[in-house]
Amino acid sequence: MEMRSWLLDDSPASRGQAAAGRAYRIGLDLMRNPLTVLGAAIIALLVLTAIFAPWIAPEAWDGQNLERRLLPPSAEHWMGTDQLGRDIFSRVIHGTRITLMIVALVAVISAPLGLLIGAVSGYFSGWTDRILMGVTDVFLSMPKLVLALAFAAALGPGIENAIIAIAITTWPAYARIARAETLTIRNAEFTDAARLLGASHTRVILRHVLPLCTSSMIIRVTLDMAGIILTAAGLGFLGLGAQPPAPEWGAMISGGRSFIFDQWWVSTMPGFAIITVSLGFCFLGDGLRDVLDPKSETKR
Amino acid sequence: MIGGTGIAVLRFCVVVALTFLGLLALTFFIGRVIPIDPVLAVVGDRATNEQYEVARVAMGLDRPLIVQFASYVGDVLRFDLGMSVSTNRPVAEDLARVFPATLEMATIGILIGVGLGIPAGVLAAAHQGRLTDHVIRVFALLGYSVPAFWLGLVGLVVFYAGLGWVSGPGRVSIFYDGITPTVTGLLTIDSLLDGDLAVFRSALSHIILPATILGVFSLAYIARMTRSFMLDQLGQEYITTARVKGVPEWRVIWFHAFGAIRVPLITVIGLSYAGLLEGSVMIETVFSWPGIGNYLTTALFNADMNAVLGATLVIGAVFILINKVSDVLYRILDPRSR
Repeated sequence: MEMRSWLLDDSPASRGQAAAGRAYRIGLDLMRNPLTVLGAAIIALLVLTAIFAPWIAPEAWDGQNLERRLLPPSAEHWMGTDQLGRDIFSRVIHGTRITLMIVALVAVISAPLGLLIGAVSGYFSGWTDRILMGVTDVFLSMPKLVLALAFAAALGPGIENAIIAIAITTWPAYARIARAETLTIRNAEFTDAARLLGASHTRVILRHVLPLCTSSMIIRVTLDMAGIILTAAGLGFLGLGAQPPAPEWGAMISGGRSFIFDQWWVSTMPGFAIITVSLGFCFLGDGLRDVLDPKSETKR
Repeated sequence: MIGGTGIAVLRFCVVVALTFLGLLALTFFIGRVIPIDPVLAVVGDRATNEQYEVARVAMGLDRPLIVQFASYVGDVLRFDLGMSVSTNRPVAEDLARVFPATLEMATIGILIGVGLGIPAGVLAAAHQGRLTDHVIRVFALLGYSVPAFWLGLVGLVVFYAGLGWVSGPGRVSIFYDGITPTVTGLLTIDSLLDGDLAVFRSALSHIILPATILGVFSLAYIARMTRSFMLDQLGQEYITTARVKGVPEWRVIWFHAFGAIRVPLITVIGLSYAGLLEGSVMIETVFSWPGIGNYLTTALFNADMNAVLGATLVIGAVFILINKVSDVLYRILDPRSR
């Protein structure tokens, strides 16, 4: 109780207390929505599974055994075995690492890139803005998956290239958001004050503008995660992403395509993993938006 | 003397032209500046330096990039997208042949998406916070989380192999293939024009599953947006006035509130129609549907870069066009935006 009243204090005594209090309030708000809690739980489970994959999975991801090819799901093999006698459940578990890596790398590349381009564009306006936003609009005017396909095809198959291709198609949306936020911040009194104190443009953008754009960025990135996972799985399915024998979920679905009518489990099981993780990000993103975004649609 | 409308039209044309130019720059960039050497792809890696140079000059790759780009734009404007390595025909001809199949599937898909998505969204808004709303919300989120190619495979397993309700991959049964004269390129319509009901039935039972799956994806987005627009309206004062006056609730919802959101919904439907072009890439691959998506992925496997870029260009152009048209429609239909 002591802790709780310290966190919810109306007049925090220190910056640390204010920050902790804000985090606590956001946490409380998030806990109120059961779907958000479910989403957070799924993502936490995903991260834990990825970290402890070798200990959780009953077998190695490449453990072939041709004597037990294409066995249906059973108590021994929860998701059955594939055409090379590998345990599908173990492969799905190991696949969490690939999925998490793709999602993390795409976010790490595209979010800062979009943030920076958007902030620079909104801050300087004029021709800088027109040119940068022109480029952004061209990227936005293309369907993401098709653009990612074209880039992946030109760069050549492989998981690194798939990540680059997806990142290239993801940043423009972030640039748009960052620009819109910057436009409202640019003429605020505190940025004027910072400039009058002699702060350089770089300092104003990095220290005063960008931090204020981050919360809408976090919401947007979380909501985009499901799309990123689906695109990555799609590239894997078409043979442009992770290459076999890597246990990437999209590639695994593709691997079972030729005997889908007789051994349905080979293709379908990895799909459930994709759906679960994407749904988790959707639920979490929706909840974050309700709590962090004052303009949110579902708050009413 | 050009009036306000004239300037608006001119402005619109300039914006569309600039966007197309940007699109061309993007495909040009992907095709020419990225690692794969186009000359090497033609002459092979055993060519001598002289042969390599000859091919390079013949392909015009020794000219400055800006000149190459200008000649590329000129080619595209004359509908010359180069030759396809795998089909040995001009890419533009190939694309004209496969595009109607995609259009047919996406159109049936959007009809399903609109027919189910709008009522679902209105229903969710009318029952906000109750069970119906939550069920529709989760269903809509599922639409964002299920891989299209996976749903296609599962659909084939359940409805084709399992229940036998629909036909399998392809556009029409093999013994009806190629007997219908092409008029519109849309097989369901062409077979009716031809008066051949057997072909029509076969075509319909082939298209219904992939089109429904496509429709499910647009349904998710349409339902979500409809719900959000409806909630905006239902919170307005004129709705309260109508209720106080004793207007029945179904009338308030379907006439007053829904009447007000028809215009913004046009943009949403336009966006999802364009989005289905994207969805069809995966669905067509799974269903061996001879449309532009299947053409694109087949070209990918054959490293047929002219075909890949041509298909990308056409999908991008149609995408831009649909978006701009729905923008214009919105402006014409909504007096406030004038």
